[in-house]
Amino acid sequence: MKISLQWLRDWTDTGTDVRGLAHALTMVGLEVEAIQPAAPPLASVVVGEVKSIARHPDAEKLNVCRVWNGLEELQIVCGAPNVRVGMKAPLALIGAKLPNGAEIKQAKLRGVESSGMLCSARELGLSDDASGLFDLPAELTAGQELIAALGLDDTIFEINLTPNRGDCMSVAGVAREVAALRQQALHPPATKAVEPKTTERFAVRLEGGNGCPKFVSRVIRGIRPNAQSPLWMRERLRRAGLRPISAVVDVTNYVMLELGQPLHGYDLDKLNGSIIVRFARAGETLKMLDGRVIELTPDILMIADERTLLGMAGVMGGEDSGISDGTTNVLLEGAFFTPSIVAGRGRRYGLITDASQRFERGVDPELQERAIERATQLLLDSAGGTPAPIDVTRTAERYPARSPIRVRHQRIQHVLGAPIAADIAAECLTRLGMKVEPAASDTWSVTPPSWRFDIGIEEDLIEEVARLYGFDNIPERHEIAAQRMQPWTETRVRNERAGDLLVDRGYQEAITYSFTEPATQALLLPEPAFALANPISAELAVMRVSLWPGLLQALGSNQRRQQQRVRLFEIGRRYAGADGAETEVIAGVVSGSALPEQWGTEPIKVDFFDVKSDVEALLGLSGEPAQFRFVPEQHPALHPGQSARISRGERPVGWLGALHPEHSRRLDLTYPVFVFEVETQSALSRDIPVFAEISRYPAIGRDIAVIVDEGLPAEALLATVREAAGALLQGLTVLSIYRGHQFEKGKKSIALGLQLQDTSRTLTDSEADAIVARVIEQLKLKLHATIRDK
Amino acid sequence: MQSLVEAARAEIARAANIEELEQIRVRLLGKKGEITAQLKSLGSMDHEARKAAGAQINEAKEALSAALDARRAALESERLAAQLASDTVDVTLPGRGQGLGGLHPVTRSRRRIEQIFRGGGFTVADGPEIEDDWHNFEALNIPADHPARAMHDTFYFGDGRLLRTHTSPVQVRYLQAHQPPVRIIVPGRVYRNDSDMTHTPMFHQLEGLVVDEGISFANLKAVLHGFMQEFFEKDVGMRLRPSYFPFTEPSAEVDISCVACGGNGCRVCKHTGWLEVAGCGVVHPNVLKAVNIDSERYTGYAFGFGIDRLTMLRYDVNDLRLFFENDLRFLRQFA
Repeated sequence: MKISLQWLRDWTDTGTDVRGLAHALTMVGLEVEAIQPAAPPLASVVVGEVKSIARHPDAEKLNVCRVWNGLEELQIVCGAPNVRVGMKAPLALIGAKLPNGAEIKQAKLRGVESSGMLCSARELGLSDDASGLFDLPAELTAGQELIAALGLDDTIFEINLTPNRGDCMSVAGVAREVAALRQQALHPPATKAVEPKTTERFAVRLEGGNGCPKFVSRVIRGIRPNAQSPLWMRERLRRAGLRPISAVVDVTNYVMLELGQPLHGYDLDKLNGSIIVRFARAGETLKMLDGRVIELTPDILMIADERTLLGMAGVMGGEDSGISDGTTNVLLEGAFFTPSIVAGRGRRYGLITDASQRFERGVDPELQERAIERATQLLLDSAGGTPAPIDVTRTAERYPARSPIRVRHQRIQHVLGAPIAADIAAECLTRLGMKVEPAASDTWSVTPPSWRFDIGIEEDLIEEVARLYGFDNIPERHEIAAQRMQPWTETRVRNERAGDLLVDRGYQEAITYSFTEPATQALLLPEPAFALANPISAELAVMRVSLWPGLLQALGSNQRRQQQRVRLFEIGRRYAGADGAETEVIAGVVSGSALPEQWGTEPIKVDFFDVKSDVEALLGLSGEPAQFRFVPEQHPALHPGQSARISRGERPVGWLGALHPEHSRRLDLTYPVFVFEVETQSALSRDIPVFAEISRYPAIGRDIAVIVDEGLPAEALLATVREAAGALLQGLTVLSIYRGHQFEKGKKSIALGLQLQDTSRTLTDSEADAIVARVIEQLKLKLHATIRDK
Repeated sequence: MQSLVEAARAEIARAANIEELEQIRVRLLGKKGEITAQLKSLGSMDHEARKAAGAQINEAKEALSAALDARRAALESERLAAQLASDTVDVTLPGRGQGLGGLHPVTRSRRRIEQIFRGGGFTVADGPEIEDDWHNFEALNIPADHPARAMHDTFYFGDGRLLRTHTSPVQVRYLQAHQPPVRIIVPGRVYRNDSDMTHTPMFHQLEGLVVDEGISFANLKAVLHGFMQEFFEKDVGMRLRPSYFPFTEPSAEVDISCVACGGNGCRVCKHTGWLEVAGCGVVHPNVLKAVNIDSERYTGYAFGFGIDRLTMLRYDVNDLRLFFENDLRFLRQFA
């Protein structure tokens, strides 16, 4: 909200220290976000008076004017259509620099000398009006600096109001706060009741219950159509960010800005019968100013006449019944609408108006008569007319009651943790317009003023005390709390450890969005995704069902930035398609060479087993690597021959594989790409280690080499060996894998190293031989293996 | 004898390597060696001559042994020197191996923040990101149609649930499950339908909540100020400005003195000397009531700040969006 300091000074003494005032307001909760001059610096721009006009000899649209600058007459060439003899307009002298950067120099226009420039409002940065010269009021003196003549040496505060402080959405409201803060008097401009000249009343029926308990109106007949507001009013509207429109609309806006009461002006001749405030009926529609037709619901309060809907109460008026150029007879409306009846209604249709913002935060229910009087007075001044009496229509319902709130001095000190004396606390509240009456000992009964809608309970008043007392004056004091032990479980590997492990293995952590692009995700993971109803863009429309889409996108963008070797991981949640159920996973993508480019090693592309080793290390953090199995299984995202489901016991916990080359191609990625994803909860839980006796007896190592079918997974071979060898097998290692012409086609040779050891005695060679024989027998029997002779 | 010794010494001195020297040793002192042959010849001498010749031969034998040992030591030392010379590497060449990756800067910050608060007796809590309206708004004193909802730009799902707009719903969930005293922080992802230079539709927030007997606004000030000083490892100034959040009363915005310029005014603080970094306040009684906690007996404070924002300030990052672009050239700066 923009507040002019000049305007504020009409209401209270603001002092001369502008920055100090801004800081004080900020520290009391009205954050001054920006301090701006009301006009750009306009040195050497003065009021000029056009003395004579002659047609330019060589240009149809240009005039050669003689303009008085207070000292001399200057010859100025001007192309504005509205220039006329006797007109006062801004005159930029030689050397003036305009806000748009133009510097005024002695110039020749089509051969005619011009010693300055007559300006439009837009050229001076004062408004968007570029239709012609800025037509200044005739009473200004030629030669005066424009800034001084228009009172432009004003400062605008841009205040960021919190939604609870609807009472400050006006000059009066901010002035009240300044006065309370600075302990200054408030001196509102005198508003005297206008003497009615007729007895006319326009019928008003209130059928909105407590939604609209009060409706104040006044008929004014015979205003001058097309009357303009005075310059000072237009200037104030402009500084508040509003565009001057017509005398009636300007007055209603002006009073809203000044007092905080939204007003509405109707063209009396377009109203049918009477004004009715009622709720919309199901199926009723309203035509909006932008031409849209909206369908209403019965919880929306409307303003209607006998024939049609006129507008949405507290939000906006309709165009048909509004003020137009020809309007001469006016009905002014100043109503009170209950905040909860206005709240959110406009927003449903994308309507956030000056009126709705005020009404939904709360407008002083005792303000309407004063606002109508003020508006009448201002309107008569600018457009004439014959006022009827002020007409107040009320319902039996009460508008928001101001019931007293119990406030305990002790509680103030308790909640704030500050030793604030009772008299100081009471004074803070009194300054804010609260009625403070002693109740029991150390307890007050406090009644907030009618304009405060944010005060309902004791804590609200404690905050008010704190605001005026000053948050800065409340000490910093550490609480005294029992020093409780913090849990630090050992049965779940911390995510930090898992992340560190990957970092130590060369991975860079990424953070990608939780939502992703549906089509790409569906290609990789053809399963339903939990969709947002109002996504920010089509690229971020559904929740991710895996971290892969986001990581692959990050991989792609890095590859396009010439990063050849990319290893990324992320720890985050994925969201089930059916219900959005959240599962935390750790996922990675790997592409490029196995090792960073360096001397002494061949640049070999990363392969499945490089990445598997990282995943195994990760799973190994569980302390139970033997519980995990990599089962060959197809996955739509993965290469059919390089794809493994990872299980822990019977429970699937993740996937590892090469991205399917088709996906690589489609996503424009450099092949090959490896991906993995593992659930943290199930994969990183662990048992507490339990000590087992260390064998004091020597181990015996035996190597065997077997020839098996190419398709036999190593896992099956190892499992058979383990089962056959029994408990004395302490270690089992795959030593080598050979394929070649010496073997039958479709066969491979695998060499295994067995470590045999007993914990209670020394194993003999013959016992070891017996175990190896048993293993070989089982391999032949179950896997049709043949033994390769050494 | 004398000539034999002289000739042998010369030969020993000429030996080019240990193998040659060994051959010489065998030739002189071995079982069939020249000196050994001389000793054997003593048997044919008479007693006196044998005594004299024996002493002479033994002397020669010792002398040659010593010469052999000395030469051997010299040759070994030469061999070692040659070995070392040939083993010498260029120690300035880079080492080989996988190399280190790095954590995301936001993770770096989050871990530090958690550590700082753990040290202050806070427990780290967590909650769902897909929330219902009650936990995200209603229970936090933000009824439907409340103007504060307009500030949240909420993402909704078809079933009426939403992506949490702040970590505050975890306050509610935690208080539903735990009785005071409560001292928690809640780091996590939050979502708002907003995107520009300073907003991304997803960002990271950290919520703090303390509920106990006798908790006051003064305690809140102390904890926040203490945290900011530890996080920035600087004696930063802090001020609280009255503000409004429906779930705290009193409510405040937290400003710290600009960590880039020390409060003198610069680009980072838009020449105000202050940086808005957090929101906070005393827990609203309605929030405690919503979870059946006696608001007369217990009071509490809550605060929330953007982890990304603090990370930007800590590492002088000038664009929030960089955190989610995952450009390795950016990420590697925080390894």
